[in-house]
Amino acid sequence: MIDATITVTGLRKRFGPTTALDAMTFTVAHGQVTGFVGPNGAGKSTTMRVIVGLDAADEGSALVGGQPYRRLHKPLHHLGVLLDAAALQPSRTARDHLLWLAHSQGLTARRVDEVIDQAGLGSVARRRAGGFSLGMRQRLGIAAAMLGDPAALMLDEPFNGMDPEGIVWMRGFLRSLAAQGRAVLVSSHLMSELQDTADHVVIVGRGKVIADTSVAQLLAAASQGRVTVGTDDPAAAQVLARSGATGVTVTGAQTLSVTGMSAQAVVAALNAGGVTFSEVSAHRATLEQAYLDLTRDAVEFRAADGPVTR
Amino acid sequence: MRNLLHAEWTKLRTLPGWIFAMIAAAGAMLALGLLPGLQGSCGTQGPQSQCVAAVGPDGLEVSDSFTFVHQAMTGDGTITARVSQMTGQRLGPDGEQDAMAPWAKAGLIVKDGTAAGSAYAAVMVTGAHGVRMQHNYLYDKAGPAGQVTQTQPRWLRLTRSGDTITGQSSPDGVTWNTVATVPLKHLPPTVLIGMFVTSPQYAEAMNESLGAVGASGGPTKATATFDHLDRTGPWSEQRLGGSTNFEVPGVGFEPTDTGFTITGSGDIAPAVAGPAGAGVSITETLVGTFAALIFVVVIGVGYITGEYRHGMIRMTLAATPRRGRVLAAKAAVLGATVFTLGLAVAAIVVIFGQKVLRGNGVYVLPATGATQLRVIAGTAALLSVASVLALGWGALLRRSATAVTAAVLTIVLPYLLAMTVLPAGAAQWLLRISPAAAFALQQSTPQYYQVANLYLPNSGYYPLPGWAGLAVLAAWTAAVLGLAAHRLHRRDA
Repeated sequence: MIDATITVTGLRKRFGPTTALDAMTFTVAHGQVTGFVGPNGAGKSTTMRVIVGLDAADEGSALVGGQPYRRLHKPLHHLGVLLDAAALQPSRTARDHLLWLAHSQGLTARRVDEVIDQAGLGSVARRRAGGFSLGMRQRLGIAAAMLGDPAALMLDEPFNGMDPEGIVWMRGFLRSLAAQGRAVLVSSHLMSELQDTADHVVIVGRGKVIADTSVAQLLAAASQGRVTVGTDDPAAAQVLARSGATGVTVTGAQTLSVTGMSAQAVVAALNAGGVTFSEVSAHRATLEQAYLDLTRDAVEFRAADGPVTR
Repeated sequence: MRNLLHAEWTKLRTLPGWIFAMIAAAGAMLALGLLPGLQGSCGTQGPQSQCVAAVGPDGLEVSDSFTFVHQAMTGDGTITARVSQMTGQRLGPDGEQDAMAPWAKAGLIVKDGTAAGSAYAAVMVTGAHGVRMQHNYLYDKAGPAGQVTQTQPRWLRLTRSGDTITGQSSPDGVTWNTVATVPLKHLPPTVLIGMFVTSPQYAEAMNESLGAVGASGGPTKATATFDHLDRTGPWSEQRLGGSTNFEVPGVGFEPTDTGFTITGSGDIAPAVAGPAGAGVSITETLVGTFAALIFVVVIGVGYITGEYRHGMIRMTLAATPRRGRVLAAKAAVLGATVFTLGLAVAAIVVIFGQKVLRGNGVYVLPATGATQLRVIAGTAALLSVASVLALGWGALLRRSATAVTAAVLTIVLPYLLAMTVLPAGAAQWLLRISPAAAFALQQSTPQYYQVANLYLPNSGYYPLPGWAGLAVLAAWTAAVLGLAAHRLHRRDA
């Protein structure tokens, strides 16, 4: 199999006074879905454009399967790309749009019909793509990315504009691509979209990587061993503090958040102290919370401050 | 590259708007070429009104209209005479006025009968171009310069020897020099030999400073006195050619004590279109080229700006990272498509448009097969390269409106201005340096220096030869595409 990795090393790029990429470095491994997450303007799309040679970086390198993209022969056989689902001429039919792209890679109409079926566009393939909803255009973009049966795929915001059914389909599709051994890089500005999809996340802000970690580790780190206790007994906090909790916070009328104790230890302490409780659960952070914790410092658009850059 | 050409062809043929524009371009050419507004009187007022053209030995239409004083000569022989005086008049609305036409002709001629367009060779003095030896309408050779005056007469001699005719001139009848010896194929044993006088239509531009170039013109006549004839009579006089030679007052001949005074009006020369000529050229059938040009310019620009407008150019360049090739493939596909379409439509229009014009009673100057082929292929080349230039503007400027404006300003507007409002000098200058110079490919009637006429763009005469006009357009195209390729390479997409 062709080397399926995408390697980005020390990319720097400035647009006038704005630093778009500031030593961006990461690797997309094959066999998993890598989420590429960050707020708008963090440099995700610029990085992707540099990878496919549309933008030139001031410094650094981007390799696909160990080679610069520009040097690839029939590049869509190596890397399938979806950069902007809206970027098509509206009066051409979906099938004809895929057809010119297929011809540019030496592929035939038969391959076009295969990817149309894969993307679930069979019934609308001969309609003008201009009449498509954004969700349908995303499917068309996925079909285009699949044309060359590439070992690696790079999709910019593929969940944008998709309806819930489409999102479920997209998640399953991306998981199946990774299961086939392909490297899949998926960007999103909403971490929640990648829940249950990404195995690995590269979180970026202001043109650099903030975190490059597996999803499992990220969630574990964000949970920080907190235990949530549901009780209306005012003695609960005291009991727990005496039993070795490092912190007890009242988070609601009937809930406490406890740190420094495992869930089992909390249950034992509450039972020993004769405190009645309705719930004790190990706090499980959502990917979204983990992400917000991490990017709090890097977010570029904040309601209060207004945009910091651009 | 083959994949890329295939992809670009797929793009071109799958956008309905472009297909419609191509059909519109072809339709405009066909409609304007086959349903012309021109009406003429040839053949529409009964059999008498047929326009019969004199066709010379080379198959081209000629003027063969002069006053001829002749006798038959069998076998080889010679004729010598002195032209001792030559005057000319212009006939205008205000009557006659003394003015010698520069190409007024008086001299000796050998001719294969009196049929219009028959073979001939002649040695002559002219109004302002000295002694000339001409034969078979198209061919001209200069002899000694100088006008005939009373103090400076000119001796002329014409000698037949088989199929060759020699023309000589002499200031005094003693020392002779040969102007030219020319072949005259298939001359019968008995030919007509004698003296002739003729003087062509004049034309001059009006409103040179502002507004459309108008032309005014009218017949001229010349009178020459011949003496020292070496052949004796009997002589017969005949006025050959069209009606003008009969309508102009004073035309005819008068024997004098020592020879003849002959007055003639007309010309022995290739026929030309335009103010001093009659009829229209086959280029008239291609008037729709201009409309088609606008459509192909819009297609050429949109072929690339459409991709910029919707951001599809990024997908194109991601699929083919070698950007110069993308531009080259677009140029090749567009150019070949427009050329093929242009070739088919121009062929239909030239072939059938002529028939329609003639059916309407318009006199169409005949053109050789080679000329028709050149005009048809030239029209296709003009449209094709112009569409590629428009593509170049689109690639360079990236916005449809700006690029269409640039393309129209450089390609369409110069032609429009040159054909309508510009004075002749400015029009010709514009048709030398702007991409519209390639319209010269449509010139179907050659410009003859020995025929006085206003050779102006709006009569179908261009300042550059066709190939040079195409070269000007090609140079513009190469320059704009080169700049566009440079920009495409340097900038982020």
